[in-house]
Amino acid sequence: MAQATPTVRGGTHGGAGQPRGKVSFYRGGEGMVTWVLHRVTGVAIFAFLFAHVLDTSLVVVDEGLYNGVIETYHSPVIRLLEMGLVVAVLYHGLNGLRITLIDFWSQGAARNTMMMRVQHVLFVVLSLGAVIPMGLATIQEITENGII
Amino acid sequence: MATSIQNPEIDTRVSPARQRTTSNAEFYSWVFMRVSGILLIGLIFTHIGIMHLIEGGVGRVNFAFVCGRWSGPFWQTWDWAQLFLATLHGANGMRWIIRDYVRSPQRRFWSMTLLYVVATFMIVLGTITIVTFSPIDCAPSS
Repeated sequence: MAQATPTVRGGTHGGAGQPRGKVSFYRGGEGMVTWVLHRVTGVAIFAFLFAHVLDTSLVVVDEGLYNGVIETYHSPVIRLLEMGLVVAVLYHGLNGLRITLIDFWSQGAARNTMMMRVQHVLFVVLSLGAVIPMGLATIQEITENGII
Repeated sequence: MATSIQNPEIDTRVSPARQRTTSNAEFYSWVFMRVSGILLIGLIFTHIGIMHLIEGGVGRVNFAFVCGRWSGPFWQTWDWAQLFLATLHGANGMRWIIRDYVRSPQRRFWSMTLLYVVATFMIVLGTITIVTFSPIDCAPSS
Protein backbone atom coordinates (compact mmCIF):
# COMPACT_ATOMS: atom_id res chain seq x y z
CA MET A 1 0.00 0.00 0.00
CA ALA A 2 1.39 3.39 -0.99
CA GLN A 3 2.06 5.77 1.83
CA ALA A 4 -0.11 8.88 1.83
CA THR A 5 1.92 11.96 0.95
CA PRO A 6 1.66 14.46 3.78
CA THR A 7 0.39 17.78 2.51
CA VAL A 8 0.37 21.02 4.43
CA ARG A 9 -2.28 23.51 3.46
CA GLY A 10 -1.18 27.10 3.71
CA GLY A 11 1.32 26.21 6.41
CA THR A 12 3.20 29.50 6.24
CA HIS A 13 3.69 29.87 9.96
CA GLY A 14 6.35 32.51 10.61
CA GLY A 15 9.52 30.70 11.66
CA ALA A 16 13.04 31.74 12.57
CA GLY A 17 13.39 33.64 9.30
CA GLN A 18 10.47 35.91 10.17
CA PRO A 19 11.49 39.56 10.70
CA ARG A 20 11.16 40.71 14.32
CA GLY A 21 8.03 42.63 15.25
CA LYS A 22 5.91 41.06 12.57
CA VAL A 23 2.87 39.12 13.69
CA SER A 24 2.66 35.68 12.20
CA PHE A 25 -0.66 34.01 11.45
CA TYR A 26 -1.32 30.31 11.42
CA ARG A 27 -3.22 29.84 8.19
CA GLY A 28 -4.54 26.34 8.52
CA GLY A 29 -7.04 26.45 5.67
CA GLU A 30 -10.60 25.13 5.88
CA GLY A 31 -9.71 22.57 8.56
CA MET A 32 -9.00 25.43 10.94
CA VAL A 33 -12.32 27.11 10.09
CA THR A 34 -14.27 23.95 10.92
CA TRP A 35 -12.25 23.60 14.15
CA VAL A 36 -13.16 27.16 15.22
CA LEU A 37 -16.83 26.66 14.26
CA HIS A 38 -16.90 23.39 16.23
CA ARG A 39 -15.71 25.23 19.37
CA VAL A 40 -17.98 28.25 18.91
CA THR A 41 -21.11 26.14 18.28
CA GLY A 42 -20.14 23.81 21.15
CA VAL A 43 -19.91 26.64 23.68
CA ALA A 44 -23.17 28.17 22.42
CA ILE A 45 -25.02 24.84 22.68
CA PHE A 46 -23.65 24.22 26.21
CA ALA A 47 -24.83 27.71 27.28
CA PHE A 48 -28.28 26.98 25.85
CA LEU A 49 -28.37 23.57 27.57
CA PHE A 50 -27.81 25.30 30.93
CA ALA A 51 -30.75 27.66 30.29
CA HIS A 52 -32.87 24.76 29.00
CA VAL A 53 -32.33 22.70 32.18
CA LEU A 54 -33.42 25.72 34.25
CA ASP A 55 -36.58 26.48 32.23
CA THR A 56 -37.65 22.82 32.13
CA SER A 57 -37.18 22.51 35.90
CA LEU A 58 -40.08 24.98 36.31
CA VAL A 59 -42.42 22.19 35.23
CA VAL A 60 -42.14 20.72 38.75
CA VAL A 61 -42.32 24.15 40.42
CA ASP A 62 -45.51 25.65 39.04
CA GLU A 63 -47.71 24.99 35.99
CA GLY A 64 -48.48 28.70 35.40
CA LEU A 65 -44.85 29.74 35.82
CA TYR A 66 -43.68 27.10 33.31
CA ASN A 67 -46.34 28.12 30.79
CA GLY A 68 -45.40 31.79 31.22
CA VAL A 69 -41.71 31.16 30.52
CA ILE A 70 -42.42 28.86 27.55
CA GLU A 71 -44.80 31.52 26.18
CA THR A 72 -41.80 33.88 25.73
CA TYR A 73 -40.19 31.16 23.55
CA HIS A 74 -43.06 31.59 21.09
CA SER A 75 -42.08 35.18 20.27
CA PRO A 76 -40.59 35.78 16.80
CA VAL A 77 -37.25 37.09 18.16
CA ILE A 78 -36.71 33.95 20.23
CA ARG A 79 -37.85 31.81 17.28
CA LEU A 80 -34.97 33.38 15.32
CA LEU A 81 -32.52 32.39 18.09
CA GLU A 82 -34.09 28.92 18.08
CA MET A 83 -33.30 28.59 14.36
CA GLY A 84 -29.72 29.62 15.11
CA LEU A 85 -29.55 26.93 17.81
CA VAL A 86 -30.80 24.22 15.47
CA VAL A 87 -28.32 25.26 12.77
CA ALA A 88 -25.51 25.25 15.38
CA VAL A 89 -26.46 21.74 16.56
CA LEU A 90 -26.54 20.49 12.94
CA TYR A 91 -23.09 21.93 12.24
CA HIS A 92 -21.57 20.60 15.48
CA GLY A 93 -23.07 17.15 15.00
CA LEU A 94 -22.05 16.71 11.36
CA ASN A 95 -18.54 18.07 11.95
CA GLY A 96 -18.16 15.79 14.99
CA LEU A 97 -19.22 12.84 12.87
CA ARG A 98 -16.47 13.67 10.35
CA ILE A 99 -13.87 13.95 13.13
CA THR A 100 -14.99 10.56 14.47
CA LEU A 101 -14.72 9.00 11.00
CA ILE A 102 -11.19 10.42 10.59
CA ASP A 103 -10.24 8.73 13.88
CA PHE A 104 -12.04 5.39 13.55
CA TRP A 105 -12.52 4.69 9.82
CA SER A 106 -9.40 3.24 8.19
CA GLN A 107 -10.02 5.43 5.11
CA GLY A 108 -11.07 8.44 7.20
CA ALA A 109 -7.97 10.61 6.97
CA ALA A 110 -7.48 9.84 3.26
CA ARG A 111 -11.12 10.67 2.47
CA ASN A 112 -11.25 13.90 4.47
CA THR A 113 -11.71 16.16 1.43
CA MET A 114 -14.65 14.10 0.23
CA MET A 115 -16.17 13.95 3.75
CA MET A 116 -15.73 17.71 4.09
CA ARG A 117 -17.84 18.21 0.95
CA VAL A 118 -20.53 15.70 1.98
CA GLN A 119 -20.66 17.24 5.45
CA HIS A 120 -21.27 20.76 4.17
CA VAL A 121 -23.80 19.73 1.52
CA LEU A 122 -25.69 17.78 4.22
CA PHE A 123 -25.41 20.78 6.55
CA VAL A 124 -26.97 23.15 3.99
CA VAL A 125 -29.74 20.67 3.06
CA LEU A 126 -30.64 19.80 6.68
CA SER A 127 -30.44 23.46 7.75
CA LEU A 128 -32.89 24.47 5.04
CA GLY A 129 -35.07 21.50 5.97
CA ALA A 130 -35.17 22.81 9.55
CA VAL A 131 -35.24 26.58 9.02
CA ILE A 132 -38.02 26.59 6.38
CA PRO A 133 -40.73 24.88 8.50
CA MET A 134 -39.65 26.89 11.57
CA GLY A 135 -39.80 30.11 9.56
CA LEU A 136 -43.24 29.24 8.19
CA ALA A 137 -44.53 28.42 11.69
CA THR A 138 -43.15 31.76 12.93
CA ILE A 139 -44.76 33.72 10.08
CA GLN A 140 -48.06 31.99 10.76
CA GLU A 141 -47.81 32.94 14.43
CA ILE A 142 -47.08 36.57 13.55
CA THR A 143 -50.08 36.80 11.23
CA GLU A 144 -52.30 35.26 13.92
CA ASN A 145 -51.03 37.03 17.05
CA GLY A 146 -48.91 39.94 15.81
CA ILE A 147 -45.34 40.61 16.89
CA ILE A 148 -45.11 40.26 20.66
CA MET B 1 1.84 -0.35 8.20
CA ALA B 2 3.92 -2.36 10.66
CA THR B 3 7.15 -1.14 9.10
CA SER B 4 6.31 2.39 10.23
CA ILE B 5 7.59 1.41 13.69
CA GLN B 6 11.08 1.51 12.25
CA ASN B 7 10.35 4.61 10.20
CA PRO B 8 13.00 7.18 11.23
CA GLU B 9 10.64 9.96 10.08
CA ILE B 10 8.26 9.23 12.96
CA ASP B 11 8.92 10.97 16.26
CA THR B 12 8.71 8.32 18.99
CA ARG B 13 9.71 10.57 21.87
CA VAL B 14 7.32 10.56 24.84
CA SER B 15 5.95 13.93 25.95
CA PRO B 16 6.73 15.19 29.49
CA ALA B 17 3.00 15.14 30.31
CA ARG B 18 2.82 11.45 29.36
CA GLN B 19 5.98 10.66 31.40
CA ARG B 20 4.41 12.18 34.52
CA THR B 21 1.42 9.82 34.55
CA THR B 22 0.36 6.27 33.87
CA SER B 23 -3.32 7.25 33.87
CA ASN B 24 -5.33 6.72 30.72
CA ALA B 25 -8.05 9.19 31.81
CA GLU B 26 -7.40 11.54 28.89
CA PHE B 27 -7.63 8.65 26.44
CA TYR B 28 -11.00 7.64 27.91
CA SER B 29 -12.23 11.25 27.72
CA TRP B 30 -11.24 11.24 24.02
CA VAL B 31 -13.16 7.99 23.43
CA PHE B 32 -16.13 9.29 25.43
CA MET B 33 -16.41 12.38 23.23
CA ARG B 34 -16.73 10.22 20.12
CA VAL B 35 -19.08 7.60 21.58
CA SER B 36 -21.35 10.13 23.31
CA GLY B 37 -21.19 12.32 20.19
CA ILE B 38 -22.58 9.57 17.97
CA LEU B 39 -25.32 8.76 20.53
CA LEU B 40 -26.17 12.45 20.86
CA ILE B 41 -26.59 12.84 17.09
CA GLY B 42 -29.38 10.21 17.22
CA LEU B 43 -30.92 11.56 20.44
CA ILE B 44 -30.74 15.30 19.72
CA PHE B 45 -31.58 15.26 16.00
CA THR B 46 -34.74 13.26 16.84
CA HIS B 47 -35.48 15.62 19.75
CA ILE B 48 -35.16 18.66 17.44
CA GLY B 49 -37.40 17.05 14.82
CA ILE B 50 -40.17 16.35 17.35
CA MET B 51 -39.91 19.45 19.57
CA HIS B 52 -38.95 22.12 17.02
CA LEU B 53 -40.05 21.07 13.54
CA ILE B 54 -43.22 18.98 13.32
CA GLU B 55 -46.76 20.11 14.24
CA GLY B 56 -45.84 23.74 14.81
CA GLY B 57 -42.70 23.03 16.87
CA VAL B 58 -42.16 24.90 20.14
CA GLY B 59 -45.43 26.83 19.50
CA ARG B 60 -47.45 23.86 20.80
CA VAL B 61 -45.29 23.15 23.86
CA ASN B 62 -46.80 23.92 27.28
CA PHE B 63 -47.45 22.18 30.60
CA ALA B 64 -50.16 19.94 29.12
CA PHE B 65 -47.77 18.90 26.34
CA VAL B 66 -45.14 17.88 28.91
CA CYS B 67 -47.82 15.88 30.75
CA GLY B 68 -48.44 13.81 27.64
CA ARG B 69 -44.77 13.43 26.85
CA TRP B 70 -43.62 12.41 30.32
CA SER B 71 -46.56 10.08 31.02
CA GLY B 72 -44.40 7.01 30.36
CA PRO B 73 -40.82 5.88 30.91
CA PHE B 74 -39.78 5.97 27.22
CA TRP B 75 -39.40 9.73 26.71
CA GLN B 76 -38.40 10.22 30.35
CA THR B 77 -35.46 7.86 29.77
CA TRP B 78 -34.74 9.49 26.38
CA ASP B 79 -34.67 12.99 27.88
CA TRP B 80 -32.56 11.88 30.83
CA ALA B 81 -30.03 10.23 28.48
CA GLN B 82 -29.84 13.51 26.54
CA LEU B 83 -29.34 15.50 29.73
CA PHE B 84 -26.65 13.20 31.07
CA LEU B 85 -24.66 12.69 27.85
CA ALA B 86 -24.97 16.28 26.59
CA THR B 87 -23.90 17.77 29.93
CA LEU B 88 -20.86 15.49 30.24
CA HIS B 89 -19.96 15.97 26.55
CA GLY B 90 -20.36 19.75 26.84
CA ALA B 91 -18.50 19.96 30.14
CA ASN B 92 -15.59 17.91 28.79
CA GLY B 93 -15.42 20.17 25.73
CA MET B 94 -15.42 23.23 27.99
CA ARG B 95 -12.63 21.61 30.03
CA TRP B 96 -10.52 21.27 26.86
CA ILE B 97 -11.25 24.90 25.94
CA ILE B 98 -10.35 26.18 29.42
CA ARG B 99 -7.12 24.17 29.31
CA ASP B 100 -6.28 25.81 25.96
CA TYR B 101 -7.01 29.43 26.82
CA VAL B 102 -6.81 29.91 30.60
CA ARG B 103 -3.07 29.83 31.31
CA SER B 104 -2.75 31.15 34.86
CA PRO B 105 -2.93 28.22 37.34
CA GLN B 106 -5.16 30.16 39.71
CA ARG B 107 -7.66 31.28 37.09
CA ARG B 108 -7.63 27.79 35.56
CA PHE B 109 -8.40 26.25 38.97
CA TRP B 110 -11.39 28.53 39.53
CA SER B 111 -12.67 28.15 35.94
CA MET B 112 -12.55 24.36 36.28
CA THR B 113 -14.21 24.52 39.72
CA LEU B 114 -17.03 26.68 38.34
CA LEU B 115 -17.43 24.33 35.38
CA TYR B 116 -17.68 21.23 37.59
CA VAL B 117 -20.16 22.95 39.92
CA VAL B 118 -22.33 24.06 36.98
CA ALA B 119 -22.23 20.62 35.29
CA THR B 120 -23.12 18.82 38.55
CA PHE B 121 -25.94 21.32 39.13
CA MET B 122 -27.32 20.70 35.62
CA ILE B 123 -27.36 16.91 35.97
CA VAL B 124 -28.80 17.01 39.52
CA LEU B 125 -31.51 19.59 38.73
CA GLY B 126 -32.43 17.89 35.44
CA THR B 127 -32.65 14.47 37.11
CA ILE B 128 -34.81 15.86 39.92
CA THR B 129 -37.09 17.46 37.31
CA ILE B 130 -37.62 14.25 35.34
CA VAL B 131 -37.91 11.98 38.41
CA THR B 132 -40.21 14.15 40.52
CA PHE B 133 -42.52 15.24 37.70
CA SER B 134 -45.76 13.51 38.50
CA PRO B 135 -48.53 12.96 35.96
CA ILE B 136 -50.94 13.20 38.91
CA ASP B 137 -50.54 16.98 38.66
CA CYS B 138 -51.83 16.70 35.10
CA ALA B 139 -55.21 15.23 35.96
CA PRO B 140 -58.19 16.87 34.24
CA SER B 141 -56.88 20.34 33.51
CA SER B 142 -59.42 23.13 33.27
